[in-house]
This record gives sequence, C-alpha cells and structure tokens, in this order.
Amino acid sequence: MAEHAHADHSVGHDHEAEHIKAHVKVYLLIFGMLILGTIVTVGISYVDFGAAWINITIGLIIASIKATLVAGWFMHLISEKRMVHAILIVAGFFFAVLVALCIWTMAPESLIGGGKKQHTTSVPVVHEPAAAPAH
Amino acid sequence: MEIPYTTKPRPDTALYNAKVGIWLFLASEVMLFGALFSSYILLRVGADPKLVWPALAAWPHHSDGLLNVPMGAINTLVLIVSSVTVVMAWVSLKLKDFNKFFIFQGVTIVCAMGFCAIKSFEYAAKFSHYHVVLNDGTAMTGHLEPKQYFTTDKKLRAANVAEIEFVKDPAPGHGHAAAGSAAAAHDDHKPVKIKMADVQRLTFWGPQQSTYFAIYFTMTGLHALHVIGGALVIAYLWIPGARMWKTDPERFTNRVKVCGLFWHFVDLVWIFLFPVLYLL
Repeated sequence: MAEHAHADHSVGHDHEAEHIKAHVKVYLLIFGMLILGTIVTVGISYVDFGAAWINITIGLIIASIKATLVAGWFMHLISEKRMVHAILIVAGFFFAVLVALCIWTMAPESLIGGGKKQHTTSVPVVHEPAAAPAH
Repeated sequence: MEIPYTTKPRPDTALYNAKVGIWLFLASEVMLFGALFSSYILLRVGADPKLVWPALAAWPHHSDGLLNVPMGAINTLVLIVSSVTVVMAWVSLKLKDFNKFFIFQGVTIVCAMGFCAIKSFEYAAKFSHYHVVLNDGTAMTGHLEPKQYFTTDKKLRAANVAEIEFVKDPAPGHGHAAAGSAAAAHDDHKPVKIKMADVQRLTFWGPQQSTYFAIYFTMTGLHALHVIGGALVIAYLWIPGARMWKTDPERFTNRVKVCGLFWHFVDLVWIFLFPVLYLL
C-alpha cells in the first residue's frame, strides 16, 4: 500500500517536471516577443504619423501587450486562483476610477462642471521680445 | 512555533499565505504608481501644446533629446532579461536543480546592478546639463564650461560669478525637421560668454527645472528604489537565505516565487515608464 502511494507520488513529480519543461519554451517565446515589442516601440516613436496622439496610442497599446505577457505568463496570472484575481479586480477598479477622475477634470464641460468652461487662453511665457518700457 | 500555510494552500483562499500577501502588496503598489501615472497625465495635458522646448512651460518631445533613448532602451532589455532569469530561477528549483537556480539568480542580480549603473549615468548627465532663461526671454539649454554639477543662478551669484561660459546644445530637431545643417551644429559647440546680469534663471536638469523633470525624477526615482529593494531580496535569497533549500525546499521555492512576482511588477512598471517618459 505504502509502496503504491510512493510510486504514484513519483509519477506525479515526473508529470510536473514535464509540465514545467513545456512552460520553459513558453517563457523563452515571451522573452522574444518582449524584445521584439521593445524594438518596435522605439522604432515607431521615430515615425511621424502626423499627430502625436497616434504615436501615443500605438505606444501604449504595445506597452499594454508587453505588460499582459509579463503579468499573464511570467507572473502566472492566467492560471492563478480566484483570490488573486479578486484582489487585482479591486485594485484595477480603483485605478480606473483614479484615471477617470483625472480625465473628468481635464474635460470640465463633459460630465462635471456643467458647461462651465474654464479654459484660459495661453500666454506665451518665453520667446517674446522684451516689452518696450512704458512712457 | 510553526508558521501555518507556508507551503500548503489555505482552504479558504486556496493559496499559501505569502502569495496572498504579495498580491495584496502589489495591488497597493498599483495604486501608488497609479497616482503618479495620473499626475503625469494631468501635467502633460495641462502643458501648453503651443510652446516648444526649451520654453519653460513646454512639454518636451523626445526629439528634443532630453533623455537618452538608447540608454533607456538598453535598460528595458536588461529588465526583460532579468525577468526571464527570475522565472528560470524558480523553474530550476521546481526541477530540483539548485546549481542552475544559483546561476539564474546571480544573473538577475547582475542585471539589477546594470540597470542601476545605467540609470546613474543618465542622472549624472542630467545634473550637469543646464537650462537658461535670459532677461529678454530667450531660453536655451547646454553645458557650463568647465563642467559643473547641481549649479543654479543663485549659487553662481552667491559666489560672485560675473560671467559664465556656456556651450549651447545643437538646435533640437523638433518634429524631426532641423536634423540637417551640420555647420550650424558645429557653431553651436563653441562656448559663448553670458553675463550673469543678463540671466534670469539658470538651473541644472533636476526635478526643480520643469514639471516634466519633476515627474520624470519622481517616477524613475521611485522605480529605481524598487529595483534596489528587489535586488536586495534577490541577493538575500541567492546566498544567505538559500540555506533554507536544505531544510525546507518547498518553502524556499515559494519565497523565490514571491520575490519573483515583485520583480516582475518592477519590470512591468518600467514597460510603461520607458515609452511614456522617453518616447511619447
């Protein structure tokens, strides 16, 4: 009986070892993708798409993909227990609230501020010729 | 007294306790860096888009050459490599190969030190780089001759300096346009004499220079502290803490895993910091 249990145990370990070895290939693949992502991010920042927001959007999309690879596979989030997901959903929710609040304050005419526009016209601070002395 | 659930999962969370602990900690870290990222968004959107660096209130473009993109890119690669070695160190322990763990953990520490070394070169370059506004409103950037660190107009005036020698930076190729004229760039490298009486503001590229450098140093500084903290824990598990491998291998493997989770988070923050500060 005891021998039988022992045999089962070692088989279990071999399985785990095989399982982990298969994971190593995935890790190396993700390593390659992260390097590629970095090169693309740097390369694309030198391309002029005509508007800054296009560069920013592309840059952030690539960064998000890289972050997903690291969190999902290196940190094993895709196969993690529900408790961890629950903790992160709470953190993610409050992070989203934080960013949303910032965006609301930047666009006062949209959801808060009820149409009260507070935009001030910008005054160039430098590159201005010195004002002539008043007489 | 034995600490419960260091290896066995707790029935209610289905995890060993250290893992719940590290994830709660990382959730709080998300909020910490989240506060800084949202500050970044506000500062950046609040900057006047019509102004062009080196105007004081302008948000610089990466073609203005404030930050060293190759150094930042190399540091990104260094952190990616360290992320792989961290996970491979844990895999080695799972496969009961302590020698491989020792190598991978060692490589991670080398990467962490490499990251800090590159970052300190970058910081040093900023602290000897200057932003000057003259009384007529002209703004320019460059170096003092001879090289000086951490100087401001107040310090120069206090030392009764009447005139400075200033090597202007080549005209920044804003919008990738002014990359051409090599002759003009050559002229820019000759030091010019500037009377301190004409200087309205002179300061090194530190957090006090502009909102951009303020958020740059706050975010990269906090991140660098995380790198140092993570490296200390990795170094502890590398040699002194590794004695636990002989007495309680499963618990030691979990410690390496938990430490690795923190390290991946540090890598993750940099994945966003690099494009946000250096490139966009």
